[in-house]
This record gives sequence, C-alpha cells and structure tokens, in this order.
Amino acid sequence: MIVVEILVSFFLIIGAFFALAGSIGLFRLQDFFTRLHGPTKATTLGVGSMAIASAIYFSFLKEGLSLHEVLITLFLFITAPVSAHFLAKAARHQRLHEDKDHPET
Amino acid sequence: MLNVALVIAFVFMTLAQLLNLYRLFKGPSLPDRILALDTMYINALALFVLLGIYFDTATYFEAALIIAVMGFISTVATSKYLMRGDIVE
Amino acid sequence: MQGNRWIPHPLMTVALIVLWLLLNNTYSFGHILLGTLLGIMIPWFTNRFWPERPRICKRRLFLRFFFMTFVYDVVMSNINVVRLILKPDISTLQPKFIEVPLDIDDPMVISILANVISMTPGTVSSEISADHKTLIVHGLNVPDEQAAIAQIKSRYEATLKEIFTC
Repeated sequence: MIVVEILVSFFLIIGAFFALAGSIGLFRLQDFFTRLHGPTKATTLGVGSMAIASAIYFSFLKEGLSLHEVLITLFLFITAPVSAHFLAKAARHQRLHEDKDHPET
Repeated sequence: MLNVALVIAFVFMTLAQLLNLYRLFKGPSLPDRILALDTMYINALALFVLLGIYFDTATYFEAALIIAVMGFISTVATSKYLMRGDIVE
Repeated sequence: MQGNRWIPHPLMTVALIVLWLLLNNTYSFGHILLGTLLGIMIPWFTNRFWPERPRICKRRLFLRFFFMTFVYDVVMSNINVVRLILKPDISTLQPKFIEVPLDIDDPMVISILANVISMTPGTVSSEISADHKTLIVHGLNVPDEQAAIAQIKSRYEATLKEIFTC
C-alpha cells in the first residue's frame, strides 16, 4: 500500500506543479499568444495527472475499481486544443497580433 | 505522506487560482480574460478532484465533470461571440 | 472494421459502451446491456450527420503514432514549455507565427492535425486559411522558422497522410 501512496503523491505533486506553471505562464508572459501556451499545455497535463492520481487512489486504497476519473483526463485532452484554437481565432479576429506595443486598455 | 502531498497540491492550486484572478482583472484584452476564466474553470476542477481525495468521497466527481463540460462550452461560446457577434449561426 | 446497415460505426459503438460504463463506474451485466443498446441506437440515429468520413487504413501505424509519437511528444512538450515559462529572462523568447502549407485536403484529417499540433512542442494552431491550404501556427519559441515547418510536416503530417490513405 505504501507504493500506491507514493504513486498517488507523485502524480498529485507533479500535476499541481504543472498546473501552477501554466498559471505562472498566464501571469508573466508578454502578449496574448504566448500566454495561450501555458494554460493549453501545462494546465491540461497537470489537471489530467491529478485526475489519474484520484483514479489510482480510489481503485487501490478504496474498495473496487474506479476508473471514471479517466473520463475527466480524456475530456480535457480532447477539448483543450479546440478551445485554444477558438481563443486564438478570436484574438486574431480582434487583430491582437498586429499591435506590437500591447496597449493597456 | 499522502496528507503532505495533498496540502502541497492545495497550496499550489490556490496560488494558481490567484494568478489567474490577477490576469482576469488585469486583462488587457478580452481574449485574455476569457483565457483566464477558462484556466480558472480547469483549476477549480482540479480543486474538486483534490477535495474528493481529501474527504474520501466520490461525490465530487460529478461536479468536476460538469465543471469541465460547462467550462469548455462557455469558452467556445464566448470566443465565438467575439468572432461573429453571435453564438448560434 | 467495416460498418454494415445495422451497426454503421462499430468503433463508435464500442466507444459509447466504454463511455457508458465509465460514466456509471460499474461493470455489471445490466449496465453492459444498457450500454450496448445505447451504443447501437445512437450511431443509428446520428448516421445521417456523418455522410462520409476518412477511414483509418493503417491501423498498426495509427496505434504506433498515437502511443509512441503523440504521448511522448505531449509529455516532452510540457516539460519544454514549463522550462521556457519558468526561465528567469523571458525577453529572449522568440514567439512567431509560422505558416504551414498543407498537403492533406480532408477536413477531418486537417482538424486532427491541428489538434495534434496544439498539444505538442510549443505550438498552437491558431487559424486556417479560407481555401484550407495553409495552417497558421503560433510558436512559443521559434529560432528557425523553416526547421519548425519541416518538423511539423515530416513528423505529423506525413504520418497522418499515410494513415488515412488506402
């Protein structure tokens, strides 16, 4: 059981680190299109790995197989590129890529 | 050990939510705010998953899944609104 | 796997059954039966929304592409992006829009390519030109534009094209 606990803790901490890194990217990068990279990649993998940690926890430390957290991971991995594409399209429609000075409006 | 890992994960996610909140208020453009809101949805989902482990219950799973679905739909709807000025074509 | 009149999309049927079982988090006989019923009925009702779709021809190559190339690239790209984000001096980043000319013409395959690009190293697909010939991709750190285009074309597009041509 200690092995399972180590595995769950590992996935939790790695996931939380990636999610935090995605938000740091959202916080400190310079313009919208670079900011788009953090949340689409790092946050998706981070939250996905936390959901997998939850699946491992409920499967091994509780009674019975519990795989439904995998659905969250799957759903996030399917939807993240779609919403990123939509946001990028909206931003290009608003001509955000043409003004290089990033006016603070 | 699991408790320590949970606390670390909670602290990280809370910090992440605060950074997202900063971006949501600061902007500067509308797509920036939508992106911050989308990230907040996903991080709230992560917090629900963590709470599920913390309180040892599977009840939070449904809430997390619904947040995932609603977050995706609202992000697409708001971006579409920015693009076309209309959601349903 | 070829569909017939009663089960038009066998893979979709299997996916729906698995989805139903995961959603209910149970593997009891009753739910397998109900899932099979749904898995047969839903493709039957939605059949007319899928007039034609590309068929996966090289199944083994597809599995290898998904599990070896794609999963590996997702993990590596995340580590890469996190390293770029947490770098103390972010002004050395060279973000740039690159235009990737497309060889494939099927809309479904193009959208798969766009999603794969969004999930892998430092690139987000942001727009497709009106004639579906060019994909505009934003890269987080692109020192060499030609190399980035060549990598996308050889690593992902060529493989996808081979998977979907019979």
